[in-house]
Amino acid sequence: MAIEVRIPTILRSYTGGAKVVEGAGDTLGDLLTDLDSRHAGLKARLVTDAGALHRFVNVYVNDEDVRFLGALDAKLNDGDSVTILPAVAGGAFGFAAAAAISQHRAAAAAISQHRAAAAAIAPRVARSAVAAR
Amino acid sequence: MARYDSLLEACGGTPLVGLPRLSPTVPEGAPPVRLWAKLEDRNPTGSIKDRAALFMVRAAEEAGRLRPGDTILEPTSGNTGISLAMVAKLRGYRLVCVMPENVSTERVQLLRMYGAEIIFSAAAGGSNQAVATAKQISAEHPDWVMLYQYGNEANARAHYETTGPELLHDLPTITHFVAGLGTTGTLMGTGRYLREKVDGIQVVAAEPRYGELVYGLRNIDEGYVPELYDATVLSRRFSVGTRDAVLRTRQLVEVEGIFAGFSTGAILHAALAVAHEAVRDGRRADVAFVVCDGGWKYLSTGAYGGTLADAEDALEGQLWA
Repeated sequence: MAIEVRIPTILRSYTGGAKVVEGAGDTLGDLLTDLDSRHAGLKARLVTDAGALHRFVNVYVNDEDVRFLGALDAKLNDGDSVTILPAVAGGAFGFAAAAAISQHRAAAAAISQHRAAAAAIAPRVARSAVAAR
Repeated sequence: MARYDSLLEACGGTPLVGLPRLSPTVPEGAPPVRLWAKLEDRNPTGSIKDRAALFMVRAAEEAGRLRPGDTILEPTSGNTGISLAMVAKLRGYRLVCVMPENVSTERVQLLRMYGAEIIFSAAAGGSNQAVATAKQISAEHPDWVMLYQYGNEANARAHYETTGPELLHDLPTITHFVAGLGTTGTLMGTGRYLREKVDGIQVVAAEPRYGELVYGLRNIDEGYVPELYDATVLSRRFSVGTRDAVLRTRQLVEVEGIFAGFSTGAILHAALAVAHEAVRDGRRADVAFVVCDGGWKYLSTGAYGGTLADAEDALEGQLWA
């Protein structure tokens, strides 16, 4: 029983550079175990220690996301095509920039809080400077 | 016919049209399976993003985050930028868009025409450079307002309050809703609304699968999922490759006369998949899908003519949805 598996560029170090490899299994979990026997380390990049699919990995069976087909328990049949992709759908640039900026929103909020606090303190500082004179 | 006080009021209320020639034929006596297209290209700037842009700006105004004359910053080379530029112009804000310098000339011309300012990041640096530029700009201008469509609840709410009710009003027998998965706003908002109102509704996502160049050496440990995304709203999620998206985009204009962009082709591909399943299972289906925008902005790709293989090559490395 052969299932075709498409490997993303970033994981081809585990497949000797191969874009497409073949494997077997009744479920996605079985298939990944089978692949790992020939491409050691591959499964650990896709499945967490807790035994779930890694959050930023998307796996598709015949173009359908396995998370809606039972995830690692998704049933496979001979001739199925499995595609593994990093989670960047909907515009890699937009996502990358948005992810960067979401981290910085916290920083920006901290800056504006700091400024507000400084503005609140400023008149008191000015008054005390006058009093000292 | 309808009359509006300004262009902003004319947002939404788009037509839902049947696709009698693209809908699959069912065996005699079997229940009907019908495809319906929601023509979002009929919005003020020609895309579904007008809804989100309008709601995000209004929400920021109501929250006191945006005051007249303020600057809005958004990293986008796409439809959201064009929609925000129009809304910003009419509501009195300045819009700055950050984008890689190799986006199509139509995008740059459209954004400038609508009044947006553009900050380019070096094309050679790819998305890493875009990240660096976006970080730098947001750090240098903490007073600029990022509406941040990927995490802004008003993006999804626009669809909960408008797209969803419009669909249910026009198609009370709806069984499937199919849309593209980008910021996830359309699917989250419309999907939540329809799930509350329609028993057994199927909410189906079509996600673009780009050429390998786009994914490049992207690290799996540093992936990104939009904050708006909630997988429990979806019933199914399809990944649609460039070739299928182009094929369906061409079919839509050849068979039904609807000239759309490639993201719509990807959505139609998923809509046809669920429609054909319904035929196979002998179930009734009214499948409504989103036409995100017209094809005008993508003509320069050359992917509307020639062979499918040529079109696939032309779109390799491009974010076509």
